[in-house]
Amino acid sequence: MQAEELVRKAEELARKSAELAQQADGLLQEATRVSVASVPGGGDHFIFLFSIFVLAVFVGYYVVWNVTPALHSPLMGVTNAISSVIIVGALIAAGPPDMSLSKLFGFIAVVLASINIFGGFIVTQRMLQMFKRKPKK
Amino acid sequence: MSENLSAVAYLLSSICFIMALRGLSSPVTARAGNLYGVAGMVIAIATTLASPGVLSYSMILLGVLIGGSIGTVVALRIQMTALPQLVAAFHSLVGLAAVFVAAAAFYQPDAYGIGSFGHIPAGSLVEMSIGTAIGAVTFTGSIIAFGKLQGIMSGAPITFPGQHPLNALLGLALIGLVAWMCMDQSPQLFWAIALVAFLLGVLIIIPIGGADMPVVISMLNSYSGWAACGIGFTLGNTALIITGALVGSSGAILSYIMCKGMNRSFFSVILGGFGGESAGPDAAMLKDRTVRSGSAEDAAFIMKNAGSVIIVPGYGMAVAQAQHALREMADMLKKEGISVRYAIHPVAGRMPGHMNVLLAEANVPYDEVFELDEINRDFAGTDVAFVIGANDVTNPAAKNDPSSPIYGMPILDVERAGTVLFIKRSLGSGYAGIENELFFRDNTMMLFADAKAMCENIVKALE
Repeated sequence: MQAEELVRKAEELARKSAELAQQADGLLQEATRVSVASVPGGGDHFIFLFSIFVLAVFVGYYVVWNVTPALHSPLMGVTNAISSVIIVGALIAAGPPDMSLSKLFGFIAVVLASINIFGGFIVTQRMLQMFKRKPKK
Repeated sequence: MSENLSAVAYLLSSICFIMALRGLSSPVTARAGNLYGVAGMVIAIATTLASPGVLSYSMILLGVLIGGSIGTVVALRIQMTALPQLVAAFHSLVGLAAVFVAAAAFYQPDAYGIGSFGHIPAGSLVEMSIGTAIGAVTFTGSIIAFGKLQGIMSGAPITFPGQHPLNALLGLALIGLVAWMCMDQSPQLFWAIALVAFLLGVLIIIPIGGADMPVVISMLNSYSGWAACGIGFTLGNTALIITGALVGSSGAILSYIMCKGMNRSFFSVILGGFGGESAGPDAAMLKDRTVRSGSAEDAAFIMKNAGSVIIVPGYGMAVAQAQHALREMADMLKKEGISVRYAIHPVAGRMPGHMNVLLAEANVPYDEVFELDEINRDFAGTDVAFVIGANDVTNPAAKNDPSSPIYGMPILDVERAGTVLFIKRSLGSGYAGIENELFFRDNTMMLFADAKAMCENIVKALE
């Protein structure tokens, strides 16, 4: 009698656990689907980057209109330097341990971007150093 | 470094870049702003170096060493008058770097997480192609601009029949090639896109005359930003996208300001051909009129007896390197108790803000230097307007003569001053090929000489 009940309970447990496993499986599938959608290359990811882009254009628009016309040359110098942040792409290409065509391209891009980063910031600093106020009498 | 951590670091670096631009709203905060820019760059580079894909540092170190030392030496040695060329050269490097990064991503997409060679998603391919094309146009376009500014090639516009249809055709070819590449991912197509864009860059810039260079430089500044942006989308890197967008909109705003300063539409500048031999309609009639010319002693006498002087510098001052002699002259006048100010037209010089930098180099305090809107009303109450190396930006024809090519352009109202002293080498016309009616006014005295020599002689006469 007791043994029969035990068997019955065990069967029920097994059934329930199978059900649970199935549910877990379903959840896992759902989770994978969601995470795949937000992985780079997916459409949703593009919209996310595009939103950042549009907002950055607006920030740029309002910040740059606030730049005093006297400093338009240094503005070009500094935008020149910061656009060389493209070096991050070059670093990834030049990073792998094995030599390849891609690594060579990365190396060239690192050289080009470095000229710009150093040159851009230094020439801007040189310009800004010259802007002085009238000496107080 | 975990992905979330690096995303936060890239955000931080973008904020630093925004602060760098924000700092430029005043000369007082600008230097701190530049340091923000440096900090942003350091953060971005360090974050990338710490990412799991970057394992070998030897090539990177070598590249930064080579590039860094070239950049440092050039930036420290460059003359401030040669600034426009330098900026053009720097733009070309950003463009070329964009092409190479795109090429690297094309040959090894797995490093960037965008599929494998020959199996790149179409969206990434389009982004990559846009980055490549804009980068390539920026590269060759900037090289042509550099050549024109440096005087390696003639600043005159180069035009030929069928130029615009050809450019349009190349543009369409680019779009076609990108579509083709989405279907057949062969490296030949990638390089074909780069090649067509290189050609397009040359063709876009050659018809634009030397005097339109402020617009061209700003435009290429903008392009270099959009190129970075395109690459940023390919890489899914927010720092690149944000920075590219900042630079792109900055360049676009500068182009707009420059176009407005010349009262020309952006398209008429792009289509080019301005600055040829087209003479003003009544140039022949003007030639018979008399011109009053004077010597350095005359100029010194007039200014010594004036109460206020406004100096109007232009590109000629940069060419003659006269800014130091000019400041010396202004110092002598100030010692006599005469008020001296400087008036700067938005398109004076060969790049936005060029004159301000040259005056700053000569130790002119920036609070004596004024923009067109700030000072234009004051000419009427000023005794002497001293025009040095500027021409078209003072031409009253822009206000009075609807048939003039520069009609409608905002000008500095120097003719309202008591006396106009106008330094010029000869009676030739300005870049627009237009006679300046100002030369023949009764209150104008022409000082025919090299700008620097004239300033030095005036200083001697004042002593």
